[in-house]
Amino acid sequence: MLDLGPHAAFIWISYGAAAFCVLALAIWAWGDERGQAKRLADLERRGLKRRSGQGQDKS
Amino acid sequence: MNAFLALLTRDLTLALRQGSAIGTALGFYLIAVSIIPLGLGPDLALLSRIAPGILWISFLLSAVLSVDALFQEDRDDGSLDALAIGPLPSELIAASKSLAHWLTTCVPLIVVTPLAGLLLNMELNAVPKLLATLAVGTLGISFVAGAGAALTLGLRRGALLLPLLILPLFAPFLIFGVGALSGAAGAFSQSILLLGALSLFSVAAMPFAAALALRLSLE
Amino acid sequence: MADLTNTETIRPGWFSTLANPTTFMRLSGKVLPWLAVATLVLFAVGLTGAFLAPPDYQQGETVRIMFIHVPSAWLAMMSYTIIAISSAGYLIWRHPLADVSAKAAAPIGATFTLVALITGSLWGKPMWGAYWVWDARLTSVLILFFLYLGLIALRQAIDEPGRAGRAAAILALIGAVNIPIIKYSVNWWNTLHQPASVIRADGPTIHSSLLWPLLVMAIAFTLLFVVLHFKAMRAEILRRRCDALIARHVRGDAARAGTEEAANA
Repeated sequence: MLDLGPHAAFIWISYGAAAFCVLALAIWAWGDERGQAKRLADLERRGLKRRSGQGQDKS
Repeated sequence: MNAFLALLTRDLTLALRQGSAIGTALGFYLIAVSIIPLGLGPDLALLSRIAPGILWISFLLSAVLSVDALFQEDRDDGSLDALAIGPLPSELIAASKSLAHWLTTCVPLIVVTPLAGLLLNMELNAVPKLLATLAVGTLGISFVAGAGAALTLGLRRGALLLPLLILPLFAPFLIFGVGALSGAAGAFSQSILLLGALSLFSVAAMPFAAALALRLSLE
Repeated sequence: MADLTNTETIRPGWFSTLANPTTFMRLSGKVLPWLAVATLVLFAVGLTGAFLAPPDYQQGETVRIMFIHVPSAWLAMMSYTIIAISSAGYLIWRHPLADVSAKAAAPIGATFTLVALITGSLWGKPMWGAYWVWDARLTSVLILFFLYLGLIALRQAIDEPGRAGRAAAILALIGAVNIPIIKYSVNWWNTLHQPASVIRADGPTIHSSLLWPLLVMAIAFTLLFVVLHFKAMRAEILRRRCDALIARHVRGDAARAGTEEAANA
């Protein structure tokens, strides 16, 4: 283990807090994208088409 | 210009005739100023030292609380729609409303400030200086608050949201306003100039933001 | 959402082709894995450098907090700049991708501002003896954090996405104009009240063994921001597509019900 002197706790908590926040952001961004992609696929499977499929959408 | 003056006169007459908004703002201001010593203790030396800060902060809070209704009543009774299709550009509508807020809320608050200063054992020779900073600074504050009120117009939690949006923008006003009375050499003349520049900038720039927000909320 | 479906028909210049949501989805999908890998590599290099660097002669080991504090503060400002530029783009050209960019950047910027505040106060305790001192830089970052909160709160308070985007854009521009004024006033305030002896955190003399890990970390943080921003933008585009589909479906149902009613009458 590194010896970080008398203030090691401050350094580790800083890095821990930064890592926690970055991790939370990453989970939010990835999860949100995956969730919305799923929702879109679900809607399209149920017959709702995007603009390209206009005219043939019967649900 | 005539339409601008007509709108301003109308708002001033309405405010004077009703009077309740002015009264509420004054009441809030005096209560805020008197509740702070209850939290700090009756130490007169301390109170007189921090009096400018207390007065400025209470002033800002009173101004924020009273600005929420700036466009609301006109929107509710449809006169804002009528104004919007009238000859006056939205920028000038916003400017007239902000100026009316300054004249009907900030000016009465400035008038009772010496009394509030008395409550806080403020040094008498500092009172005119404080009044000068308030007179110069709060004009800009009314214009910033006007833009905020236009942005939150018609929102569900608008009254709660408004302070969150505009209090951070008041920081420079508060800093220069209280800094003028810090007693440091040259601080007064320097900060009152900065405060004046800031106020003029707000008067010139904020009506444009307020007009964009007004058009948005009237769509 | 109505805006988003419209873009495919208006103004087919080179910019709108590039900034078309569909093109954005395709391109960002291609570059994101590479960006993510580059970010991880840079973080590995930067963190190694950050912990191998010799302690600062004045601040000792606590100088290592700088390697995350300074890049976070940099991102806090950069992401507000991106929000301001996107907001201007949205207000002037009504380009929906600009709104997506502004909306996606706000929570990311707010989080890095929070990281800058947390690490700043943890750095301050050993240096100044208090978790929070009203230092000019910390105070400006705190006000910046409040501006972010206001931006997010205003967007959440308005249900209709197009209106929410424009209101948030107006507020973002008001904030962008005021940030230099706030920064200046806080500096002025600080010199007015400050006792003369405060250690400056970023004195001009940073030893070069500390400088290169700092630069690598700054680039790594910037790339991290780009990755997160792209991801959040993709999620937002997909969300708007879903909403547009549902809205169109509901409208279609209503229209069909209307014609049936008319036929029955």
